Amino acid sequence: MMAAILKRELSSYFNSAIAYIVMAVFFGFSGYFFVGTCFVGNVSSLSYTFSNIFIVILFLIPIISMKTFSEEKKQKTDQALLTSPASLFDIVMGKFLGAFILYAICCLIFFVYGLVIAFFTTPDWPVIICTTIGLLLVGGALIAIDVFISALTESQVIAAVVGMAVGLLLYMMGTIISMVKVDWISKALEAISPLNYYTNFTYGMLDLSGVVFFLSVIALFIFFTIRVLDRKRWS
Amino acid sequence: MVEVKNLTKRYGKTTAVDDISFTVESGEVLGFLGPNGAGKSTTMNIITGYISSSSGTVTVDGAEILQDPKAVKSKIGYLPEIPPLYVEMTVRKYLEFMFNLKKVKLPKAEHIDEVMRLVKITDVSERLIKNLSKGYRQRVGFAQALLGNPPVLILDEPTVGLDPKQIIEIRKLIRSLGKKHTVIFSSHVLSEVSATCDRIIVISNGKIVADAKTEELSSSISGDEKLSLDIEGAQSTVLGALKVIPGVLKIRKTRDISEDVSRYIVEYKKEIDIRKNVFNAVASADCVILNMQSGNETLEESFLKLVSEDQRGEV
Repeated sequence: MMAAILKRELSSYFNSAIAYIVMAVFFGFSGYFFVGTCFVGNVSSLSYTFSNIFIVILFLIPIISMKTFSEEKKQKTDQALLTSPASLFDIVMGKFLGAFILYAICCLIFFVYGLVIAFFTTPDWPVIICTTIGLLLVGGALIAIDVFISALTESQVIAAVVGMAVGLLLYMMGTIISMVKVDWISKALEAISPLNYYTNFTYGMLDLSGVVFFLSVIALFIFFTIRVLDRKRWS
Repeated sequence: MVEVKNLTKRYGKTTAVDDISFTVESGEVLGFLGPNGAGKSTTMNIITGYISSSSGTVTVDGAEILQDPKAVKSKIGYLPEIPPLYVEMTVRKYLEFMFNLKKVKLPKAEHIDEVMRLVKITDVSERLIKNLSKGYRQRVGFAQALLGNPPVLILDEPTVGLDPKQIIEIRKLIRSLGKKHTVIFSSHVLSEVSATCDRIIVISNGKIVADAKTEELSSSISGDEKLSLDIEGAQSTVLGALKVIPGVLKIRKTRDISEDVSRYIVEYKKEIDIRKNVFNAVASADCVILNMQSGNETLEESFLKLVSEDQRGEV
């Protein structure tokens, strides 16, 4: 049943313009960063490309996830899902994976850039692989958060705007932390700042604490989304 | 087959469904009748597990909706008030998706073809749902509910917004489905329910105000016989002549048709046929009957009576 929902999600992305526009924007910007740093600046490292693409992801992921539940509610199609024998976990997981796979396809482009570099010199494959895994994990966490936001509203626009705001807030966590003078608060914020964990991946390390952190965020927000859907039935 | 017990649903302070209980036997076609906002959709949404009740139980074929939602949901085919259609899909793709979602264990292509033939949408199977007319969309929604041949069908106002020809087709379809399935369907149009159902439950303000076999409903709540008369002549003369006829209970002038023609409604005791006497009395008073129509209360009237009585009780 999860497979049925996943298949429908993917076909709705790829039968409409959404998937192609998202991919075009992602490939366009990452390509620009890649050419700008590696070719013009004559560097073989992809790290600039990776750090620049982060801000693009903050805007693209809310766009991918905004319709997951808000659209269903608006069109009343959630009645078909929720009165079918499929469990809430299957439904939420199917939606999450649909958005995640589209995002993962976008991220694969970095391997292409790696191959391009391979024509000229030996690319730093550990960094490329680890950073891509890092990107997938950060993106997965953001998708889980945005799917949760989408379940809270009937409006895709609200889901997207709130999703972007949350993303930007997490992105700016570093500056926020530096402004906080209370020690334990800044420590706590540091522990949940996704950028901190992500940075370790860009050094070519498969940081276990980072993996655990992002997977926990994904699991937590999938659980929250299930709770929201379940609670709605009772109110 | 379906057993609803003491079902109550509260939204904050308002009570949408108030302590409803009823049972539907296997193979029965039950009509759920009530004005808009009476709690029909809420009740159906609870039975299908879309929302949860505040208290009370729903049992379908031995399984309880909150304890074993999967078992209940797989036994019910549900057509909500607004058909849950993914409009960017083709009819066939959509039905394939619903087939997979419901985990139906029948040969896929054949079953979908069979259902499409049953609701007559085979000719639009490759079209996008968003390009279909309202009637076709409704039928696609119907097809979705029929997938997997669920023993119970719940249809929420399945004929709203259809043209008369389509309405007749859908009614026929519901009646033929009633042979194999247990059907609960709601409507605010009484003639429709009485034309298709074995049994009618009337609900108003979240409460059941009548639960009876279709034939019984009308006779159980209608009172005395009525006679509608168009009479030419002065009002006082007419009333004077009618009043003295034995068996007459009440005379009411409803409206003036022209300068000296008025319409009267005469209520009289069931046991006595007063038509002959009325004719003679009016003629001997030098007035003329232009039209005489006898008739019991229609179902529509008794329905309104039930519903308005209930509302008066609330005030």
